[in-house]
Amino acid sequence: MSLETYKPGSYPNLPPPIGTVGVYGWVRNNLFSSLSNSLLTILSVTLLYYLIVGIVDWFLLDAVFDANSKIECRKIDDGACWAVVSRRIGQFVYGFYPEVERWRIDITFFAMFIAFAPLLYPDLPKRKFLLWFSGIFPILAYLLINGGYFGLSKIEYNLFGGFMLTLIIGVTGIVCSLPIGILLALGRQSKLTVVRTLCVCFIEFMRGVPLITLLFVASSMLNYFMPPGTNFSILVRVIIMFTFFSAAYIAEVIRGGIQAIPKGQYEAADALGLNYWQKTRFITLPQAMKISIPGIVNTFIGLYKDTTLVVVIGLLDPLGIARASLADTKWNGLSIEVYIFVALFFFVSCLAMSRYSLWLENKLNTDHK
Amino acid sequence: MVNNKKSSKPVIEIKEMHKWFGSFHVLKNISLKVNQGERIVICGPSGSGKSTLIRCINRLEVHQKGDIIVNDTELTGDLKNLEAIRSDVGMVFQSFNLFPHLSVLENCTLAPIWVKGLPKKEATELAMELLTRVKIPEQALKFPGQLSGGQQQRVAIARSLCMQPKIMLFDEPTSALDPEMIKEVLDTMIELAETGMTMLVVTHEMGFAKKVADSVIFMDEGEIIEQNDPNNFFNNPKNDRTKLFLSQILNH
Repeated sequence: MSLETYKPGSYPNLPPPIGTVGVYGWVRNNLFSSLSNSLLTILSVTLLYYLIVGIVDWFLLDAVFDANSKIECRKIDDGACWAVVSRRIGQFVYGFYPEVERWRIDITFFAMFIAFAPLLYPDLPKRKFLLWFSGIFPILAYLLINGGYFGLSKIEYNLFGGFMLTLIIGVTGIVCSLPIGILLALGRQSKLTVVRTLCVCFIEFMRGVPLITLLFVASSMLNYFMPPGTNFSILVRVIIMFTFFSAAYIAEVIRGGIQAIPKGQYEAADALGLNYWQKTRFITLPQAMKISIPGIVNTFIGLYKDTTLVVVIGLLDPLGIARASLADTKWNGLSIEVYIFVALFFFVSCLAMSRYSLWLENKLNTDHK
Repeated sequence: MVNNKKSSKPVIEIKEMHKWFGSFHVLKNISLKVNQGERIVICGPSGSGKSTLIRCINRLEVHQKGDIIVNDTELTGDLKNLEAIRSDVGMVFQSFNLFPHLSVLENCTLAPIWVKGLPKKEATELAMELLTRVKIPEQALKFPGQLSGGQQQRVAIARSLCMQPKIMLFDEPTSALDPEMIKEVLDTMIELAETGMTMLVVTHEMGFAKKVADSVIFMDEGEIIEQNDPNNFFNNPKNDRTKLFLSQILNH
């Protein structure tokens, strides 16, 4: 081959040498590139095998999915005793929401996906029409969950709990904190001293105080600051605190994005005669938000997981329910199963958020398509 | 290059203008008149204030003393006046400054739609017409990051022209380009000059100056040292600093 000669400019495109590309090439380069590497590969595969077999046995094959108590579980098999979860699944999902009314939560839950779809997927067909639904969804959700209108019985907040409570606090906090965070970030960059100072003070205060402190304030002190006669329920107060807390973080993340935009972008926008709001809407925010996606989603995931902190002020989030379940003498000592279950719920939700953000980043990447 | 059709009404008038960056005096006592349809090339060593001068004309930089009058409107802090002037004065930058998150077409239609209130359909037609004029209509739906430097700069020119400006400012439009792409941008600018557009061009492309300019300005250390028609400017420079500068850029 190498003896062949070509005229200048007529050298053909040759395929890469065999064994450097494809599955075979990958395996050879990554797993068996040297003797020690090959030994390590074999050792790791063996270890992984035993680990996976053990996990599958405990989680599924030797596990008990239904029984009346821990003792009964142990009599049947020696794996995980999921009965503690399956027997109390209603509480884990709905808290103490009355059983006959739980369909209201189910409807709200599925409607939530329809409401979010047009916001999350800009290319969705009939998007304009669906956005109307997104707009009225908050009202719909409030009416359904809270009740008290249209013949729906009113359900007291202290009956809310479980994953439903996590979703109510988490989703409301996330949805409300993004626009507030954007306004704070813009305010912090404002040329008006009053606006800027207010935003800086708010952001620094919210970031400088532990969330638990804010939650205690929400549960005990906030009503002192409110005008007499107003009485927000504890849940609303908690949601406000979560929103403000994460809005402060979002604001800083977005500020980072705004500052990463090259100066030339503003100059070009100025030179074209765009005014401040046009510049913000068409040039600054789209680019800043795109840069900030990883940081924003990071904050959202943090907020979502922090909702478990409400247990300290007596709200029954999934961890509160878990604690209550474990206090039952029938299920005493099954903390591993209960906490793994709760962890799994959070893991799946957070994974969905992080995957979505990756997808969005890819979609918005306009550099090399 | 003699052109008799130029009207004598100045569209830009700068009177004894000064500018400081902090305590650094960047522009000193600049006076300049630009008539309708006139093409002026500004050259000079780096740091001489030539970019700052044209950036003062659309108030990307704020001058501290003297007057700048564009289209009979004096440049002040008044936002309404400023936005009106900016939509009449197009600018092309050294680093293109296209909006990377918008397609080429959207780059061109954004300002006409939102600043001038043009209907989307008309703005799109106008943009396609101008993209055809800079010879890249087929790239309209791509994003700036997918184009070569020369193509990006031509889009930037088209974007400015979409506002149908009366004056075009060019701030070293070819300095960031690979050598083989400079020509396509200069050709576009020459064609634009032939349409009678008023142009102020900061550039080191002396060939362009000889071919197109009505008048060449040499700046050094914040002052206008010499202004002359290209023939006299290149063949018979009066000032020693001009002579030195010309010998440095022409003989290599």
